[in-house]
Amino acid sequence: MRLLINGEEKKFSDGINIARLLKTEDVESPDMVSVQFNGDFLKKDEYESVYPKDEDVVNFLYFMGGGE
Amino acid sequence: MRELEADEIERYSRHILLQDIGVEGQQRICASKVFVIGAGGLGSPALYYLAAAGVGEIGVADGDSVDLSNLQRQILHSEDDLGRAKVLSAKAKINAINSKVKVNPYHGVLDASNILSVIKDYDFIVDGTDSFAAKFLINDACILAKKPFSHAGILRFTGQTITVDPFRSACYACIFNAPPPAGAVPNCSEAGILGSVAGILGAIQATEALKVITGAGSPLYNTLFGFDALAMTFRKVAVKRNPNCRTCGANGIRELADYEQPACELKNA
Ligand SMILES: [Zn+2]
Repeated sequence: MRLLINGEEKKFSDGINIARLLKTEDVESPDMVSVQFNGDFLKKDEYESVYPKDEDVVNFLYFMGGGE
Repeated sequence: MRELEADEIERYSRHILLQDIGVEGQQRICASKVFVIGAGGLGSPALYYLAAAGVGEIGVADGDSVDLSNLQRQILHSEDDLGRAKVLSAKAKINAINSKVKVNPYHGVLDASNILSVIKDYDFIVDGTDSFAAKFLINDACILAKKPFSHAGILRFTGQTITVDPFRSACYACIFNAPPPAGAVPNCSEAGILGSVAGILGAIQATEALKVITGAGSPLYNTLFGFDALAMTFRKVAVKRNPNCRTCGANGIRELADYEQPACELKNA
């Protein structure tokens, strides 16, 4: 299946959930990102149960705390 | 709104020439009040441009004094200011650029007990703080007070920003819910930041303030703007209000509470 991840089209084998996708995409810790799935923000306890389908859109939005 | 004086017509002529601003837009800018929280990496360029643009009244809050490691990016402050309260250095620089700006310095840390009274007379708030605790508090306060504001965060060679119109567009908590657990995210002084990246993001925040004040263009509502200096790319991610948002959702907060500040942030001054 093809997914649009942070604006880039990428190919994945079927049957991969968000938790696995985070690992595949080198997100070191799920605490570092907010996951947007087809426009909606997922709760952390949904990462295991959500399985993207072909052409779904996933954004990993990173926490950035700096400003000083 | 008052008429512009002759010297102001000349001073702001490059604004007035802009069709989306004009004389009326400049009058709005001169009548506006903007509060900038943090006179550091983001606040420095934001304050410079807001002052130069002629914002009538500028509030600035910061509890810190200028130290040597600030000068790499906090361009409001210079070597002569080392040890001086940042808000006093800020006031001096703002008035050197534009003596007509009324500057209201607040030397101290804003928290749940004081932030609402400090920002209540302002039209727009700029978040230039450097901790998640402060960023979430500012978000919550601006939502409760229904003040439009600009959020920004920076890290290494990257930054992101969003402008919020309370209860009409997505807020910071709609996207990020709550501060990350301590230690999960690099947000301490160790993480580092290219000084000019802070400058770019702070300049965007001033631009957003001026757009909201004048009604020019489309502010970054429902849009998380991300910038990567190494690749020199930017990306806009469309976001929308979360009906279950902890802050602005149907069952959102009714009063303010402080967020816990992870220990690693405390040593970052
Ligand atoms: Zn919200």
